[in-house]
Amino acid sequence: MEKLISEFSSGLFFWQTIIFVTLIFLLRKYAWKPILDTVNEREKSIRDSLNSAKQAKKEMENLQAENKKILQEARAESDAMINQAKQTGKELVEKAKSDARSEAENILAQARSSIENEKRAAMNEIKNQVADLSIDIASKVLEQELDKDKNHQEYIDKLLNEKKFN
Amino acid sequence: MLVYASFSYALEEEKEQTLQEEITEYIYHHVQDSHDFSLFSTKDKKTGEKKYYGFPLPVILIDDGIKFFMSSKLDHGKKVVESSGKYYKLYHSKIYETDSEGYISYDENGKVTNARPLDLSITKSVFSILLVSILMFYLFRSLARSYNDNNQIAKGVGRFFEPIVIYIRDEIAIPSIGEEKHKKYMSFLLTLFFFIWFLNLLGLSPLGVNATGNIAVTFGLALVTFLITNLTANKTYWKHIFWMPGVPVWLKPLLAPIELLGVLIKPFSLMIRLYANILAGHIVLYSLIGLIFIFKNWVGSSLSLVLVFFISIIEVLVALLQAYIFTLLSALYFGFAVQEDDH
Repeated sequence: MEKLISEFSSGLFFWQTIIFVTLIFLLRKYAWKPILDTVNEREKSIRDSLNSAKQAKKEMENLQAENKKILQEARAESDAMINQAKQTGKELVEKAKSDARSEAENILAQARSSIENEKRAAMNEIKNQVADLSIDIASKVLEQELDKDKNHQEYIDKLLNEKKFN
Repeated sequence: MLVYASFSYALEEEKEQTLQEEITEYIYHHVQDSHDFSLFSTKDKKTGEKKYYGFPLPVILIDDGIKFFMSSKLDHGKKVVESSGKYYKLYHSKIYETDSEGYISYDENGKVTNARPLDLSITKSVFSILLVSILMFYLFRSLARSYNDNNQIAKGVGRFFEPIVIYIRDEIAIPSIGEEKHKKYMSFLLTLFFFIWFLNLLGLSPLGVNATGNIAVTFGLALVTFLITNLTANKTYWKHIFWMPGVPVWLKPLLAPIELLGVLIKPFSLMIRLYANILAGHIVLYSLIGLIFIFKNWVGSSLSLVLVFFISIIEVLVALLQAYIFTLLSALYFGFAVQEDDH
């Protein structure tokens, strides 16, 4: 120990301490600070890039899922629309058919009844005409033979009425 | 290689000293700081004169003003240097003030009584520290710059060091100090780790530098840790030292001096741990290399060589481990200093 102290080189200690402390300050300014800053910055940028990549992937997945959902919805909607249209068309056709049928029936019934009426009217006309004609003829016949008697006319009308045309 | 070469030169020529003594002296010399940066030495066969190969470093002495000259003038202790009226001589790696003849006087215990000026020389260790500092500044500055040129990605040698920087942040600083508070200590921890690691590795090179195995260096490092710990400490830390919560009142005054001692022991242990580990590693390595020359036969010497090889690998690991331990413990001490009271 005594030898250690007596051999202690104060000059070496002096220079070593000065050089070492100077070196710390020099390296701090020109080396360690830029190096550590760059390393930190680089680590941060790597971390950020990884995070953003993860984020982008997640967003992409979300987007894809959403697209899929929209597509499905659209398909379902179009299916529903087509079905409805089909239904409506069917109903329309049915309705038109039934309408046409009832219309036709109506027209037919109307035609039938009008025919009946016309027929009846024609029959009456014919009856009247025949009656008139008959009276005319008869009167013409009777004008010569008989005087004009009211009873005859009544009798003829009665007869005509009895003879119903069918 | 240079170390081995200098060994063989030195050992084969020297006959007066025994081999063991020579090796002991050699090891002692090599773990010491030195005023020259000598790579190896040779000895002239005829004159017995040692010749050193390397380069001189500046000597700076504070002794009634600043004295400045190159260490080549001292010539490894053989010459007396005159500088503005005073004479200096290198003796056992230390500079003493002498008379013009270079007379060294001793007391009865064999200790040198000559006066020693304040020696602020750029020694081999200081030179190595400067070298490592410049290298570190260049390395990490280029790493910081490479981010700008290459879209925040490290380029070149920075690719090797960047994971270590991140490791120190994620595995040492954040777990020890905490997520919010670690930032202001990062500069110190990073500088400390690489400084110790690089100096340890340089110490394992054949240049024979032993900076982190010198107690002045580890004292400087531990002192900075000590100062940072205590200057940034919060109220909780001081409360735990002087008035420990959660213990009986009569025990509190007894605990205070122990805790206060702990404040000093923590950095002291840092200083001793690094110093002792590196110094011991160097001595073991040099001794094993020395064994090669003591055995001087194929079996023993090659066994020693294998041993040297494995110890060298272990020492490379120790170089990293000691830097890691020093950094981790410093971070833990900072963590204690800024811990919030959560009782």
